[in-house]
Amino acid sequence: MHVTVTLNGADVTYDVEPRTLLVHYIRDAAGLKGTNVGCDTTSCGACTVLLDGRSVKSCTVLAAQADSSSVTTIEGLAEADGTMHPVQKAFHEHHGLQCGYCTPGMVMAIVSLIAERGDHELTETDIRQGLEGNLCRCTGYHNIVEAAMAAARAPELRS
Amino acid sequence: MIPSSFEYVRAGSIEQTLDLLNEHGDAAKLLAGGHSLLPLMKLRLASPDVLVDIGRLAELAYVGDGGDYVAIGALTTHDEVSRSPLIAAELPVLAHVAGQIGDPQVRHRGTIGGSIAHGDPASDLPAVALALGGTYVLTGPSETREVRAADFHLGFLETAVAPDEILTEIRLPKMAGGGWGFEKLTKRAQDWAIVGAVAVRLDGNGSVGVGLINVGSVPARALSVEAAVASGAGAAEAAARADTGIEVTGDLNASAAFRRHLTRVLVERALAKALA
Amino acid sequence: MSILGNRVLRREDPKLLTSGGTYVGDLDLPGVLSLTFVRATIAHGRIERIDLEEAKAAPGVVGVFSHDDLGLAPMPPGMPFLNQEMTRPLLADGVVRYVGEAVVAIVAETPGAGADAAELVVIDYDPLPVVVDPLDALKDEVLLYPQVGTNNCFALQFGHDDTLFEGCEVVVRQRILNQRVAPCPLETRAAAALVEPDGRLMFYSSTQTAHGVRDTLATSLGLEPVLIHVITPDVGGGFGAKASVYAEDIVTAWCARKVGQPVRWSETRSESMLGLGHGRGQVQDIEIGGLRDGRILAYRIDVLQDSGAYPAIGAVLPFMTRTMATGVYDIARAECNSNSVVTNTVPTVAYRGAGRPEATSALERAMDCYASEIGMDPAELRRKNLIAADAFPYTTPTGTDYDSGNYVGAFDLALEMAGYEQLRSEQQARRAAGGSRQLGIGLSSYVEITNGIPEGEYGAVEIRPNGKAIVRTGTSPHGQGHHTAWSMLVSDQLGIAIDDIEVIHGDTDLVPRGVGTFGSRSLQVGGAAVNQAAIEVIDKARTLAADLLEADVADIVLDKPAAAFHVAGTPAISRGWGELAQASLDQGGAPLMAEVDLSSPGASFPFGTHVAVVEVDTETGNVELVRHVAVDDAGRILNPLLAEGQVHGGIAQGAAQAMLEEFSYDAAGNPLTANFADYSIISAAELPSFETAFTETPTPRNPLGAKGIGESGTIGSTPAVHNAVVDAVAHLGVRHIDMATTPERVWQAIQAARSASEGGSATSTEGAA
Repeated sequence: MHVTVTLNGADVTYDVEPRTLLVHYIRDAAGLKGTNVGCDTTSCGACTVLLDGRSVKSCTVLAAQADSSSVTTIEGLAEADGTMHPVQKAFHEHHGLQCGYCTPGMVMAIVSLIAERGDHELTETDIRQGLEGNLCRCTGYHNIVEAAMAAARAPELRS
Repeated sequence: MIPSSFEYVRAGSIEQTLDLLNEHGDAAKLLAGGHSLLPLMKLRLASPDVLVDIGRLAELAYVGDGGDYVAIGALTTHDEVSRSPLIAAELPVLAHVAGQIGDPQVRHRGTIGGSIAHGDPASDLPAVALALGGTYVLTGPSETREVRAADFHLGFLETAVAPDEILTEIRLPKMAGGGWGFEKLTKRAQDWAIVGAVAVRLDGNGSVGVGLINVGSVPARALSVEAAVASGAGAAEAAARADTGIEVTGDLNASAAFRRHLTRVLVERALAKALA
Repeated sequence: MSILGNRVLRREDPKLLTSGGTYVGDLDLPGVLSLTFVRATIAHGRIERIDLEEAKAAPGVVGVFSHDDLGLAPMPPGMPFLNQEMTRPLLADGVVRYVGEAVVAIVAETPGAGADAAELVVIDYDPLPVVVDPLDALKDEVLLYPQVGTNNCFALQFGHDDTLFEGCEVVVRQRILNQRVAPCPLETRAAAALVEPDGRLMFYSSTQTAHGVRDTLATSLGLEPVLIHVITPDVGGGFGAKASVYAEDIVTAWCARKVGQPVRWSETRSESMLGLGHGRGQVQDIEIGGLRDGRILAYRIDVLQDSGAYPAIGAVLPFMTRTMATGVYDIARAECNSNSVVTNTVPTVAYRGAGRPEATSALERAMDCYASEIGMDPAELRRKNLIAADAFPYTTPTGTDYDSGNYVGAFDLALEMAGYEQLRSEQQARRAAGGSRQLGIGLSSYVEITNGIPEGEYGAVEIRPNGKAIVRTGTSPHGQGHHTAWSMLVSDQLGIAIDDIEVIHGDTDLVPRGVGTFGSRSLQVGGAAVNQAAIEVIDKARTLAADLLEADVADIVLDKPAAAFHVAGTPAISRGWGELAQASLDQGGAPLMAEVDLSSPGASFPFGTHVAVVEVDTETGNVELVRHVAVDDAGRILNPLLAEGQVHGGIAQGAAQAMLEEFSYDAAGNPLTANFADYSIISAAELPSFETAFTETPTPRNPLGAKGIGESGTIGSTPAVHNAVVDAVAHLGVRHIDMATTPERVWQAIQAARSASEGGSATSTEGAA
C-alpha cells in the first residue's frame, strides 16, 4: 500500500506492506538511518520521532497510521545551513551522548517535552519523569538531564 | 519485532467500522492508538488477519460536559485526558492518573477507549472508572447500549464488548470536589503497576469507590473496603479487607502474599487521602 | 598551554547528533539478505527432529541451515583454563542446552520474510532434566556434558587454611548472591558479511575487538587472516559483552559465503536478552574476622560462578575476584577459592567490571556486616583498615601488586561531600520518629584492576603532505570518545590542531594489529601507544628538518603553536609538518610515520569511595536512590568531561544491579525477564544527578600517569547502594538483603527480622548501621 508522509518537511510516498512499522518506513523506505531500533516491547524510546509535532515511539505506530501526517526525525532538526537545534547543541556542550545509539530518540523526546511545556519551567524532576520512556545505557542520564535543562532555557525555544 | 502480515483498512466512519467488524468477525481487530495491540503483534502473540484502523475517527475524540457526568470519546488520548481543563475540574483523579500512564510517547498515542477495551487488570484507567462508578457506551449495528464499568470486565482480557460492537464513549460521574487518592507501586516509572489503588469519595455520606490495579485477573473494585467505609470504618480498618474476595496470584514482581500486603497498604494510603 | 586535562568537547558528536551514527544495521549493502535464527524454546533437550521443508519453501527464503549443513568445528571455550571438552557448536548439534540457543539459520530477502519462515520451522525436542541453580549444578546430578562427567568447568582451588581466623575475636559469616544481570547495550548484536570480487571476506561487526573477530573467523572458517577484512562501524555500546565473538557471527560469515550474497544479521532485543552473554552470577560465602576494636585480620571468600551453558570468559572471572579480594583494606590473611559450573542458562561473559564488582560487593557487604556485629559505624571501621597512602607499592595476600593509591584521601573527600555526619543525624531523627520513610546511608571503598591482561597495543601516527595527521589505533571505542582523546594526545605532542587529526580504528586492513577496548585498558596502553608514536614521529621529523634546514638535529626545535620545526634561534625559517611529510615521500617514498607496538605497562589500580543515600518505604519495600556521591581516582585525567561520563554511566549500571535488575529463570530454565519490558534497565526517573569528584594519584607504570576509569563507577556504586538499602532497615533487625533489593525482598527481610525478634532472639544493634 502507498503511504504518504511529510517527512522532515518534504512530501514522500513509498509503497510498503501494511505491517510496516513507521520506524522501518523511515529507515528502510525513506533511507533515514538516524532513528534506531533498540527493543521490541515499546520500552526503550530509541525510535522516538515527532508525529504531527508530538513525540511517539515509531516502532509502535504503523506507517499506515502516519499517512498524511508530518514526521520529524533527527535528520530534520538542524537548520538547512547546518546550525544545530538548541537541544542538539546542548547535548554536544554537556557531553550528553557516548555511543550515540539512544541519542536521536532522546533528542526528539526532549524537543517534544520542551515544546509542550507551555509556560511551565521544566524542573529536573519534570525532565527525568519526561524521559522515563527513553533508555540509555552509557551516560547514566546525568549529562542528558543537564543538556535538557540548558536547552529548555535557550531563548530560541521560549514561546 | 515484525508482525505477521495482515490486511489494513482505514475506517471512515463508525458505521463503516461496524460493517467491517460484521464482515470479518473474529479475523478483525480494531486499531486505535495501537499501544495495546501492536506490542502483542510485534511479538506475534496476536496475529489478526485484518486491522481496522479507527484512529482517524475524529468524532470519537472529545471531552464533553454531560451534566452530572463527563463524556469522553473513546479515542481521546491519555495526553489529551491529562490536559483537559474540564477533566481537571470535574475528574481530577482521572487527569492525574492519565498523566502517569507509561511515558509521554505512549500517552500521545494510547487512548482511553483502547486501554479500557483491552481489559488488562494491570491498566490504570479501568480501576479509575470502577472507583468513579462510570459507564461505557457500546455501539453496535442495531443498538447502542450503556454498560456499567462494574459489569464490564468478564475475565482476563475479556470484556463485555461484543465482537460486532465498538466502545465509543466513557461516562464518568463528576466528582463534585470529593477527595481522592491514587497510589501505584512500580519497578520503574514507565512500568505497569505491581499493585495500584484508586479511592474516590463519592458523596458526603461516607460512600467511597475503590478500584484496584493488578490485583487479581480483572480490574476490580474493593467492595469489602467500600462496604467497611460505608459502615463507618476508618481507612486502616477498611483497608485491611482490601484483598477480600479477590483471587490474588503471584508473578515475577510480587508473590501472592506480598501482593495482598501491598494491596492493603496502598488502599489504606489512597483511602486516607480520599477521606481527608 | 597543554590541552591535556581539559574538558574538550567530542569530535564524534556532530555526526551522531545530526544524521546519527552508522551502526551495522545502517550500512548500505546493496543486495543484502537478512539472517534470522530459530532458537531453542526449552532449556535442555535432545533434538529429535528438525523439519525445514516448509520454511525452505516460504516466500523470499534463500536458504535454511542447521548444524550439519555448516561443516564447521565447534568453538572451543576460548580460555585455555576452561574444560576444553565443553565446546560450543555454532548451531545446536543434537542437543540444546539453554533457552535461546541458536538451532537453525534462515537467510531470506527481508527480515519480515525471515521472521515468517522462522514460524514454519518445526523442531521436536526430547526434554532432558534441567539444572539452573549453580548450587544444584555443583552437585553433578544433572549433567550438561555427560561425557565430561562433571559440570565444573574451572576450579581455582588454593586450599583451605583452618587457622585463617586464629586470633580473631569476631568472625562474621554471610552468604551473598551476586545476581545474574544482562548487559543490554542499546544496540543489540549485529554483523554483516559479503565476499568481495577478489574472494576476500568482508565482515562488519558490532564489536569491541576487531582483530579478535578476524582471527576467530579465520580459525573457524579455515581462512588465512589476511583474506578477511573486518570493519567496525559505530558500535552502540558493548560493556564487555561485545568483546566476545559469538557463534552467530561465524554463522553470518558462513552464510554469506554459502549463498554468495551479502548477509546481515541484526538481532531483536528479545533475541539479544538470550544471546548476548550475561554478567555476574556468583554465589559467595564470606567470612571476615578480626578484633573488637575494628581491626580486620582475615578474610575468606568462596565463589561459585555460574558459567551458563557453554563456558566463556564469565567462567574465569573468579580469577579477577580473587585478584581483588581484599580491596582497599590492609588485611593480613586472605583466602579465595572458586568453582565455576555450567547450567542450562545463557553463558556468562565479561560485563562492566568483570569479576571485580563481585569482589568489591562481597567485601563491602562483609565490612558492613562486621561493623554491625561489633557495633561500630561503618565509616569508622573502613577508615581504620584502609591501606595507608605511604604503603605503596603494596602486595595483597592474594598476590596482587597495587601501583599507587591514596585511599584515605578519597574516602575523606567522599564523606565530606556527602555530609556524612549530617546524614547520620537525619537518619537518627527519622528512626526516632518511626515513620515509614527511612533513610539509608551506604558506603563503598573500592580499588580495581585495569589493564589486567598482558597484551600491549598498537598505535601509529602518520603525517600527510597537507599537514594533517592520521592516527591508527588498535583500540575499539564504542562510546568512550577515543577519537577526541587520542587526537588530544597527538595534538599536544605535535602542535597539529585537533580538527586536523583523523583517528582510524576497527578496520583490520587500515590498522594492521590491535587488541581492542575492554577492561579499562585503552588509555593507558592504546593512548600511550599513540602518544609514543607521536613522540617517535617528532624524532623522524626533526631528522628531516635538519636535512632540509642544513642544520644539526640537536639544534632543531618543534614550535608546537606554529606546528613547524626550525633551527633554534631562527624561528622565521621553518618547515611545517606538511612540508616534512612531502619531503619524506620525495626522499625515499616512505610516509612520515611512526608505528609502535607498545608492550603492556602492567596493570594499574584506580580506586575511590562512593556514598549512596536511599529512602526506603518500610511498608511497601520501595527503594529510592536520592543521592549518590562518587570520588574516583584514575591517576592523571586526560579529559575530565569524558572521564565523568564514564563514571556516570558506571554508577547507573551499578545502582541498577543493586536495586533493580536481575535476570531470572524458573526452575525449568525458562527465562522470565527476556525482553526490555520485563528486564528493567534503569531509567532517568529512578536516578538522581550524581555528585562526583576526582582525586589524581598518578601511576608510575605508564608515561601518561593514567589508570583506567571505564568500570570504576560500576564497581564503586553497587556496594554503596546495596549497603544503603540494608542500612535503611538495619534498625528493624535486618542484617542482609540480597541484590536486587526489590520491594518484595526488602519487605521479606523486614518481616523475617520482625519474626525473629518476636521469637525472642533480637539481633539488631543500636548506634551503628
